[in-house]
Amino acid sequence: MTDFWQGDLAVSKPQHPSGEKSLIEVSDLVIDFPLDAALFNRKYLRAVNQVSFKLEAGKALALVGESGSGKSTCARALARLYSPSSGSLRLNGIDINDNASGPSRIELAKQIQMIFQDPFGSLNPIHTVGHHLIRPVKLHDPAASKSTILNRVHETLARVGLNPPEIVFHKYPHELSGGQRQRLAIARAISTGAKFILADEPISMLDVSIRLGILNLMTDMKREGIGFLYITHDIATARYFAEQTAVMYLGHMVEWGTSDAVTQTPSHPYTRLLIGSVPQVGRSRNERNRVPQHRQKILWTPESLGCPFADRCPLVEARCHQEMPPVVAISKDHFVRCHALSPDALSAERDELSGDHSKLTQTDGTSE
Amino acid sequence: MIEPLLQIRDLCVDYISDAGVARAVNRVTFDILPGETVGLAGESGCGKSTLAFAIANLHAAPALISEGAIYFQRRDVLRMSAEELQKFRWAETSMVFQSAMNALNPVMTIGDQLMDVIFAHKRMSSDEAHSVAEASLSAVGIHQSRMDSYPHQLSGGMRQRVVIAIALILRPKLIVMDEPTTALDVIVEREIMDQLYDLKVEFGFAILFISHDLALMGEIADRIGVMYAGKLVEIGSASEILRDPTHPYTQGLLSSFPTLDGQITRLEGIPGQPPNLLSPPSGCYFHDRCRLKTSNCQHYQPQLIEVDRRSGHWVACSEVL
Repeated sequence: MTDFWQGDLAVSKPQHPSGEKSLIEVSDLVIDFPLDAALFNRKYLRAVNQVSFKLEAGKALALVGESGSGKSTCARALARLYSPSSGSLRLNGIDINDNASGPSRIELAKQIQMIFQDPFGSLNPIHTVGHHLIRPVKLHDPAASKSTILNRVHETLARVGLNPPEIVFHKYPHELSGGQRQRLAIARAISTGAKFILADEPISMLDVSIRLGILNLMTDMKREGIGFLYITHDIATARYFAEQTAVMYLGHMVEWGTSDAVTQTPSHPYTRLLIGSVPQVGRSRNERNRVPQHRQKILWTPESLGCPFADRCPLVEARCHQEMPPVVAISKDHFVRCHALSPDALSAERDELSGDHSKLTQTDGTSE
Repeated sequence: MIEPLLQIRDLCVDYISDAGVARAVNRVTFDILPGETVGLAGESGCGKSTLAFAIANLHAAPALISEGAIYFQRRDVLRMSAEELQKFRWAETSMVFQSAMNALNPVMTIGDQLMDVIFAHKRMSSDEAHSVAEASLSAVGIHQSRMDSYPHQLSGGMRQRVVIAIALILRPKLIVMDEPTTALDVIVEREIMDQLYDLKVEFGFAILFISHDLALMGEIADRIGVMYAGKLVEIGSASEILRDPTHPYTQGLLSSFPTLDGQITRLEGIPGQPPNLLSPPSGCYFHDRCRLKTSNCQHYQPQLIEVDRRSGHWVACSEVL
């Protein structure tokens, strides 16, 4: 089940030929957290289960889901803040967790940087803007001369729209607004020359009128060749910013593909619920898109069976509690994990409609 | 002519500091009718929460209500005695704040917190109070067995429901809700909004709904007011404000949200930042961010003017009239 995002994933090369775009590949990522400290029979929580995606430089992938859906855990695993329980995380074909041939922490940090939700907590209040930017440049390029470093810092400040750089350079975080701080966080991330930025809810704490500025800045960075993993609970901004969207529920990717496909033709019952819940100007309150009452959230463990959404799903059937749904390709760039949408469930219906089910191909969803 | 439940007249709230006086609410006037839901939108720092606090006369130094009046059923809230205020707060106007996490006492059970409100206002036996509290919890969709739970045992959405139950328990005529769903997920937000709508139909209270999310507001509000830098810049029926916003700031605010359908185009939102209220600009406070500005805007401060008498649509902009 390694090659379902796009067909060419299976033939990923071990070496990264020059001239080709940088690429992050995540396959079958599983992350367990211990629930107790028992020596034997330790209980685990499965925060991320069988997540696979790939992320290209210059493109953005949005991970969308409610809190606790494992989207931040995926990003943290890519920054090597957590190590995977199984599965692999590869940067240009090299496993980042491989101690022998993988990149060192500093090499990885040069390529992959994170920006966080809270621009107030992620900057050191006793250091100036300049200090925040000089340090990463020095660390990743120890040979650089003082004037080179300063030039680069000023360039970076101008690039993220913190003008005029000469003045902003000497300011402290408390002198900046929320939006300016988030710009500084982005500046810090790109100052190492990072190819990928893991943006964990970068705009959710900012004011409405500031959010678009940050999203547009990230779009410009994307055009300059930086790849983004954009983590959000707001599917409308995912569509605005990212080419690809993956919807997560309880640690599982339940639907993914191009952002337009996922948002315009949502197929998984959870995605439909999510999109139906988003308030939209001009869409009035409607009794039909009422949300079914929320039940107690289940704890997903390595022993859990079936579909994570089964107990809330309107289309639930017996096997949803028993088997993990297979991955179903709805089109060549739109995939979903749902029993109700699997070919055998739909084939009868399809036969009646057109008699053509060659379009609906099933990839093998059962992993070891 | 229906008698308004709440009348806010020329209200000014100042924050006084060593750096000077910042006028956070600047000559705001509007009414809330019984059973009506009025939305108040704007960026952070536009004074919408300051206004909410003023309605319950909750301000203490450094905030000062310097001018204006607030009438609740013709009684001036700002001139009430301590005793009258105690009766007015919660029994007639209650509040729901943004962060339910901080609004509940972590070392008291949900049931005790609900009953606490009853005992503060009414003489009632414990058994009676207990059943009133249970009824209030089930009204917001929480099972009575949760009476003995502590806040940390509930999810964020449930805590917010408990806060709404506490706000409802004395059957107030007005509930002020300050960003009641901002910290929640979309689906939980949808559940709470559905519930709120049902409760409103059942109990008929009026709501002052404060949020930055105009789309969310459009689902529940009858009228929407938009604030900028302490001033009310536009107010009108919700459908009219959302469909046909007149003030350039409202237009900017509405186009700051990417939509789920239609063409994806680069949105620019509103350039610039809100003014520093310690030294507000001359003329219209919005002029340096406004796409319609003329030289006139720097000198002349626009007043709210009624543009549509039938629907009660008021706008403070000299360029759109």
